Amino acid sequence: MSTATFQIWRGERGNGKFVDYTTEYETGMVVLDVVHKIQGSVANDMAVRWNCKAGKCGSCSAEINGKPRLMCMTRLNQLDLTQPVTIEPMKTFPHVKDLVTDVSWNYEVKKKIQKFTPRKPDAPDGTWRVQQADVDRPQEFRKCIECFLCQDVCHVLRDHRLHDEFIGPRFLIHTAQLEMNPLDTGNRLKALKDDYNIGYCNITKCCTKVCPEEIKITDNGIIPLKERVVDEFYDPLGGLFKMFR
Amino acid sequence: MSSIDVPLKGGSFGTAKFGQTQRKDKWWIEPLLVFLGYALFIVYANYAIINYNCGGRPCYEVPGTGYLSPMFSPLLTRGAPTWWPSYAPFFGTMLILWAPLGFRFTCYYYRGAYYKAWWADPISCAVGEPRKSYWGERKWPLLIQNAHRYFLYFAIIFIFILTYDAWNGLWFDGPAGPRTQFGLGVGSLVLILNPILLGLYTFGCHSFRHLIGGRKDILSTSPVRKSCYDCVSGLNRKHMLWAWISMFYVGFVDLYIRLCAMGVWTDWRIL
Repeated sequence: MSTATFQIWRGERGNGKFVDYTTEYETGMVVLDVVHKIQGSVANDMAVRWNCKAGKCGSCSAEINGKPRLMCMTRLNQLDLTQPVTIEPMKTFPHVKDLVTDVSWNYEVKKKIQKFTPRKPDAPDGTWRVQQADVDRPQEFRKCIECFLCQDVCHVLRDHRLHDEFIGPRFLIHTAQLEMNPLDTGNRLKALKDDYNIGYCNITKCCTKVCPEEIKITDNGIIPLKERVVDEFYDPLGGLFKMFR
Repeated sequence: MSSIDVPLKGGSFGTAKFGQTQRKDKWWIEPLLVFLGYALFIVYANYAIINYNCGGRPCYEVPGTGYLSPMFSPLLTRGAPTWWPSYAPFFGTMLILWAPLGFRFTCYYYRGAYYKAWWADPISCAVGEPRKSYWGERKWPLLIQNAHRYFLYFAIIFIFILTYDAWNGLWFDGPAGPRTQFGLGVGSLVLILNPILLGLYTFGCHSFRHLIGGRKDILSTSPVRKSCYDCVSGLNRKHMLWAWISMFYVGFVDLYIRLCAMGVWTDWRIL
């Protein structure tokens, strides 16, 4: 067995410091295994949120060596263990304790987005008929596990703290999923422009880079939404063309 | 969104200072390379535009051939119009370059890249920024980014113009007069590749992807539109690659023609 040093942020409500833990590790371990090992041996009071250990629940989001990642999906052989490895809570949300943050703001944001509004059923039994080719696009966004790593890395939220104006990449792809759904009849374009402030996104693609589900958040979600907003509000020629069609 | 009341202003950890991060990888390499790449092209493009005269002959044409530098195409004028004030410098490329430059300036890939490398907003993911204020693309002057599709329309016209230039590059001076002999030089191949690379970049554009099919929720009922959308999506996945290759290739074509015009390089004839 080899040993490595992990610097874990310890403290409450933003006040705290990195504490060094040197521990043994085995081949195949992930960062969450190490955190559990430390918690079970020398730091019984360390707070860490986790659930599935399979990259599907989105609970164990943290910043490992400064990068937003899931602890359960970060294998130790992906890290340089000759140097101390830092493990911190997400910076974008209010800190609770140690590695745990309060992500409830996200759930409040989701409530504000116009819900799925399906057209009338296609069949008398109240069901619809859709082609797989038409639901491929929204289904990509359904892979989201709501780990909120994209929200964490988005500089509009992380650095500029515009939480009360901008909904962030997670909810832009949620809106894209609804807007692109062939059954949906809702129109969220005005809200995207004025309330969700999609214009704050400057396409740096950080959200795409950290997504553990490898959703192409920017290229397939946010940019197509920006283009739909252009259709509606910034394209006079297109508007004229629509009038004569 | 203003009704959501959560204590997030300032954040639990405060705001990171410029360059502050726990990242241990060499995060600064990518923005540095992007900065240098754009700077190199801008410096060369300015040099090429200003120095269009090579010893009394234009640098953008090779004598005896139909070659024309893409930076000067279409060649609308060879000199300043009569009404142009003599004290002001005149560059014919001013009349045309706004279109391809506007297309690249408003391109979704370039925007993300130069916001990072040239404006440090952010300089890299999860790295502290230099400024506290932030408008994004919600206000002027960056509202102009929404005009990307209009620049796209011009960029598509340029693909046809440059294809015509590539055709002209296959004609050389012959016994019957200028541009009467069909042939093939290395410069012809250089010119043929140019609209191909620009096409791979232009037709992979996010706005084009939207206009060709992305704006529709249902594509299955229009198989041709669906096929076009899938093709454009395929190109779009490599948009960054084609953006860089096509940009530097335009510079290379100009350099090739310039050096041939100056007699530094010889344009080898294949046919």
